[in-house]
Amino acid sequence: MSKHYIYLDHNATTKPRPEVVEAMLPHLRGHYGNASSIYQLGQEERKAIDIAREQLAKLIGVQNPEEIAFTGGGSESINWAIKGVAFANRDKGKHIVTTKIEHSAVMKTCKYLETIGWHVTYVGVDWHGRVEPAHIREAITKETVLVSVMHANNEIGTIEPVEEIGKICREKSVPLHVDALQTVGKIPISVEALGCDLLSIGAHKFYGPKGVGALYIRLGTRIHPLIHGGSHERNRRAGTENVAGIAGLGVAAELALKDMKHDEKHVRHLRDKLEKAILQHVECARLNGDPEHRMFNTSNLSIEAVEGEGLIIGLDMQGICVSSGSACSSGQTEPSHVLKAIGIPMELAKGSIRFSLGRENTDEEIDKVIDVFPKVVERLRGLSPLWSDYKKGLRKSVIAGKAA
Amino acid sequence: MKTKVVVAMSGGVDSSVTAALLKEQGYEVYGVTMRLSDRQETEGRKFGGCCGSKDFYDARSVAQTLDIPHYSFDYVEKFRGSVIGYFKDSYMKGETPNPCIACNQNVKFDALLNHATALGADYLATGHYARIERHDGPPTTTSGVTTKTSSPRVSGGDPSYLLKKAMDPSKDQSYVLYGLRQKELSKLLFPLGELTKTEVREIARRYSLRTADKPDSYEICFVPNEDYRQFISEEVPAEQRPSGSIRHVDGRVLGQHKGLPYYTIGQREGLGISVGKPLYVTKLDTETNTLVVGDKEDVLSTSMAVRDVTWVSGVAPKLPCDVSVKIRSRHVESPATLFSSSFPAGAGGESMDPRQGHSGMTTMKVVFDQPQSAITPGQAAVFYNGDIVLGGGVIDHV
Repeated sequence: MSKHYIYLDHNATTKPRPEVVEAMLPHLRGHYGNASSIYQLGQEERKAIDIAREQLAKLIGVQNPEEIAFTGGGSESINWAIKGVAFANRDKGKHIVTTKIEHSAVMKTCKYLETIGWHVTYVGVDWHGRVEPAHIREAITKETVLVSVMHANNEIGTIEPVEEIGKICREKSVPLHVDALQTVGKIPISVEALGCDLLSIGAHKFYGPKGVGALYIRLGTRIHPLIHGGSHERNRRAGTENVAGIAGLGVAAELALKDMKHDEKHVRHLRDKLEKAILQHVECARLNGDPEHRMFNTSNLSIEAVEGEGLIIGLDMQGICVSSGSACSSGQTEPSHVLKAIGIPMELAKGSIRFSLGRENTDEEIDKVIDVFPKVVERLRGLSPLWSDYKKGLRKSVIAGKAA
Repeated sequence: MKTKVVVAMSGGVDSSVTAALLKEQGYEVYGVTMRLSDRQETEGRKFGGCCGSKDFYDARSVAQTLDIPHYSFDYVEKFRGSVIGYFKDSYMKGETPNPCIACNQNVKFDALLNHATALGADYLATGHYARIERHDGPPTTTSGVTTKTSSPRVSGGDPSYLLKKAMDPSKDQSYVLYGLRQKELSKLLFPLGELTKTEVREIARRYSLRTADKPDSYEICFVPNEDYRQFISEEVPAEQRPSGSIRHVDGRVLGQHKGLPYYTIGQREGLGISVGKPLYVTKLDTETNTLVVGDKEDVLSTSMAVRDVTWVSGVAPKLPCDVSVKIRSRHVESPATLFSSSFPAGAGGESMDPRQGHSGMTTMKVVFDQPQSAITPGQAAVFYNGDIVLGGGVIDHV
């Protein structure tokens, strides 16, 4: 299928930049050595990994690159951070604090730990999806061995007050893990400013390859490995290094740092234009998330009397890629836990759609979406008895009736 | 812009080939697999038909082979109410349902068709063996049927559509499509109507489709182990299907039945009584909870009342009218005359299809030229003129 797609799902994944692919190719061809080998063919690979580690360190404000370990992706980084810290501190306590809007990699890891003896507090968020740092403070007990908070939410884009939470964690001497999958490479990040001890990264969210990620681990953090085996990554993460992926991640990090300002300006302009037009042209639509503290590329909208699934397919048939809530497996029609946590009623949550824009989107593409989207909504609403009742004045709009 | 077609892909060979043919003909094809049931298969509890997850993966594999997009649409709730619920209710009122027709009328050619067009498709296609013929001009009342008094209509204006049997009589599925009207037919494609099953399998092999040699499924997809009685036992509380007496048409009580939903008209096996010659179920009397049995000739009837009648043309023919009538999917249609009739809906009760009433006449009396065996309330009666489906309804009583 070599169609032209208008791709507006960058929070799900991004297209690797050509420079990234170029950086990977040598390691899939002639440079096939094992980075742990003593001979020169291996040393060449070691060098590529070390360069990538420095490139990533610069992007996230890490002084000592050795505090970064490469992994098989963001979910692995998150699993490692949570389970690794939990297992290493078993003697200290078995309590973890997190929030109700975390990615399922955090949620399900915590749920798993609950089945084997840990206790987890899921702190709620406000109507905009922001967690109140004081609530994190209140949740921390003597038993708490880890706080895990996402930097920005993948579904609604809300940016969390991580710096303040970081201060609290330092004061209480509890390690803080930040799931930064949605922010690394997009907004400036410094692990010092965030005050975190662990930070999870996934390369494919910022124009790098899939299947590679990293975990920042502050020196001195008590953590067990998740994957046991050889002495790779300074005995922290076993497995022969995915050199091509790691080299790609490094170049993606370098490019992200270079283009960050420019990309943000461009993408924010497109996102604001799209969002404004839809809210103007589509009746009974509302914005989900924090209008102020929000990722510049994300727009999550609830469209009343429409099923999100139908909307996605209708848009796909016009060559437009978007998603509803978080990318979930087909067959799952449960409304998102994030929208539930911010108090979106079930019937609205089902009609929610997420636009997440990226650096390659153009004004022409956004104009096309602004033209097509209201038409698709209108056709689908033609099928909805709820909508015809609303039009006849027999039923009130959920959105119109609620002050945002 | 290419014409967009949504193909309902069940994961069987027929719908696979439907998608392949349409793609070959230059359509922009989108595959859709309906999620109809969330029933879990367990050890000793297998579902046939098109509900298994295996079938979903087969459909996806075929879509990948053909390089077309593939989606899954969720109709679990719709199917539970309008098909599974109907199926159960039908047995509970002493009838024998046809769930495939209910699925066609409420899910495939209603919900799915509406969604497909709302999403921007020009047509919906399925792998049914039947033909749609487009004619210019409005539908004639009876589509050329010889009526005893009517005169032909004048043509002109919008096109009209005839629903016809498949070329291959052994595969013809027009019986389960009788509920289609002009509105639906104008949006439907049945590319297999001109083909034989052998040809369909050859095409599937030519395209290397995974489903090329997949056996046909005849089972009801939500009934475990192909046994509707197990479904009744699982779904209906025992007190709602009490046992009662088995009575011969001559009045003799011969034994006890296990609950009326476990029996169908014409059934001979499994009655649990022995009187030296074969006995057949002739009636399920829900009022007295009696299973009536009799000899072979007691199952014969010459006339029946049909409810919820619809016409493919949208217009009823002038009555009386000579037609052929098919009274179950494997029945060879038989000559009969339709008469107007208004009877109080008996066991039938509420109409299954709330969209009725456009012709102003939804009940009908059918008199066969020859007596028919085991006319079964709840089954569809479909009226034909040669190859053409005129319409049909639900058998109400004999």
